[in-house]
Amino acid sequence: MDDTLLLARAQFGLNIAFHILFPTITIGLAWLVAYFRIRYEVTRDPAWLATYKLWVKVFALSFAMGVVSGVTMSFQFGTNWPGYMASVGNIAGPLLAYEVLTAFFLEATFLGVMLFGMDRVSGRVHVASALIVAFGTTVSAFWILALNSWMQTPAGHVEIDGELIAGSWWAVIFNPSFPYRLTHMLLASGITASFLVAGLSAWRLLRAPEDAAAKKTLVFGARIAAVLVPLQIFVGDLHGLNTLEHQPAKIAALEAIWKTERGAALTLVGIPNEEEKRTDYALMLPKGASLILAHDANAELKGLDEFEEHPPVAPVFFAFRVMVGMGMLMLALSWVGTFILRKSTPRWLLWSFAGFSFSGWIATLAGWLVTEIGRQPWLVTGILLTSDAVGGATGGELGASLTAYVATYAVLLLSYMVTLTHMAGKGSG
Amino acid sequence: MSIDLPLVFAALMGASILAYVVLDGYDLGVGMLMLASEREDHEPMIASIGPFWDANETWLVLGIGLLLVAFPVAHGIVLGALYLPVAAMLVGLMARGVGFELRIKAEGWHRELWNWLFSAGSYLAAFAQGLMLGRFIIGFEPGFAGWVFAVLVGASLCGGYMLLGATWLVLRTEGDLRDRSAVWARWGLGWVALGVALVSLATPFASETVRERWFDFPRTLGLMVLPITTFLAWLWVWKTLKSSDWKPFAGAVAIFVLAFAGLAYSLFPYVVMDSLTIWDAAAHPSALTFMLVGTSIVLPFIVGYTFYAYRVFRGKVRGGSPYG
Repeated sequence: MDDTLLLARAQFGLNIAFHILFPTITIGLAWLVAYFRIRYEVTRDPAWLATYKLWVKVFALSFAMGVVSGVTMSFQFGTNWPGYMASVGNIAGPLLAYEVLTAFFLEATFLGVMLFGMDRVSGRVHVASALIVAFGTTVSAFWILALNSWMQTPAGHVEIDGELIAGSWWAVIFNPSFPYRLTHMLLASGITASFLVAGLSAWRLLRAPEDAAAKKTLVFGARIAAVLVPLQIFVGDLHGLNTLEHQPAKIAALEAIWKTERGAALTLVGIPNEEEKRTDYALMLPKGASLILAHDANAELKGLDEFEEHPPVAPVFFAFRVMVGMGMLMLALSWVGTFILRKSTPRWLLWSFAGFSFSGWIATLAGWLVTEIGRQPWLVTGILLTSDAVGGATGGELGASLTAYVATYAVLLLSYMVTLTHMAGKGSG
Repeated sequence: MSIDLPLVFAALMGASILAYVVLDGYDLGVGMLMLASEREDHEPMIASIGPFWDANETWLVLGIGLLLVAFPVAHGIVLGALYLPVAAMLVGLMARGVGFELRIKAEGWHRELWNWLFSAGSYLAAFAQGLMLGRFIIGFEPGFAGWVFAVLVGASLCGGYMLLGATWLVLRTEGDLRDRSAVWARWGLGWVALGVALVSLATPFASETVRERWFDFPRTLGLMVLPITTFLAWLWVWKTLKSSDWKPFAGAVAIFVLAFAGLAYSLFPYVVMDSLTIWDAAAHPSALTFMLVGTSIVLPFIVGYTFYAYRVFRGKVRGGSPYG
């Protein structure tokens, strides 16, 4: 791979990884904030108002981070991947534009009303604004995941006079992997937001054990997580089966299945060795892969030897294990936590939740690494190679802007996390 | 009868960009003026743009989105050629947006730091947008003279945004701040006059296409309507700064609309100056039709609730903490 391609990918990957952190929080958090707002409207309990006001600030900050990094993305499609728009622009363009038209304006405008308009509009209108913002974030996820899923499992397109166009927009949008990926991402966002709420509330309780509002939001966050995490494991399994059907090379890579075989073993941990085509120091579970992936211990699984082109094994193998590992830890903490919190709030549990405040980020990023690197060498599966889409920006230009982005993002991310922790530490009072 | 889809989308894109320049222009301008303001002015200045800046910035995403949807080939060429100014603008917009949010939550010197970042980001974004426009007008021609021209446009656009920001503050604030804003507006007017004059003189030299468009008698006489009305709008802002709250802002918007019209006349029908017209670069009709249907349904709603939001927050900025 030449340097320009590597730099273009590094830069875009950095930007999109930075960007996805914030929608991951806001899509879920918007609904939680709307819930807090509604509770206040119904009960008129000032504790709910204080809770709402604290979390709407967290939401606003996260949303702004998402907006500024998202604006960057909209330009980088053109600056880094001109071949992408030239070849699949007739499909990708409208999906992105629909996101702007149906979601971005809605979210941004009503967020303004939500943040600054509480004394200018009626309670009902204010509640409606909170719900509209939450609805907008979800609509936004709908469009962007439709596009991403289409890039993974393209459908509904036809080629006329050498141009790729949509034959059926319905088939383009509801392509084979879309329902699974959308559900998986929405749940990921809900889990990330509930761990954030629980974690920052726990952080507050460590400093002010008597804060009743923080206790309430900790329990609330832990319970939501305890419901969503098992649901996510179930949906993740379905998503995996769907991937096996449509992108078998991705599955072979992430499970490091080198050869096609019946009753394939599941590699729990190990170090994939792509040169020798084997996994070093592997800890294997006999027939495990066949059982998990095909739900049949003796099923035949396609190995990497079947595919002329497949994604690099090590990154997806490790990222997948990080995602699943985080999922298991989050399952354990949310269940144990919910159970213990019924009676008491031991400090070790508070520290655990505080430490898991941003755990959703790790799992979600790992998941996106699996799915995006797992699509390589394709940008759009079977249609466009990543190397054919790269732009003409020179290594120097890419290097200079990459450095600027890295520096900016490092500062922003640190400021964001410090501010959030600081705000939560002060509490809602 | 068939619709000329590329033309429709060029108009939509132009409208989005104009909406962006006017709307985000005033809040970038307010951001720039923060540097010149007293500490007690900061909160009302921030409150005057607080509910709007997110949505204002969205018009940029829509404009770029429409470029990408309707003219995918041009999207790659234009953004590729403008690589560094675009990156600079994005860093500026990031600093501005994040500075805005973080300053609200910070105290003491932290807040000063974010204030500074908010202002610096506004300047950088405004200047970079002017650079992009300047480079675009001359078809991305390399060379020193081309960059001097772009810098000139960049500096002028900063002046324009400052004028919009100052007149917005005249509209939305009271007392000393309103009076100070009127003074800033006069500086902005001077800056804009100088900038527009220099850019208007330089553009025909920088671009042959523009020269032919404008210096073609007797059409030139008819075209004189544009500079004359612009001058009248300029004069109107100057005259009404003391007596009216809304007229100066309306006049400033008029200056931008007129300058935009002149620019549109100079550039049309190119999406890449002198090489690619909107018809060459247009996406497939199937994509455009799909988009047009959605746009015609959704855009009226967007305009509707945008008006609603401006109505909710009409009048002078009230005190109190943000996010009340």
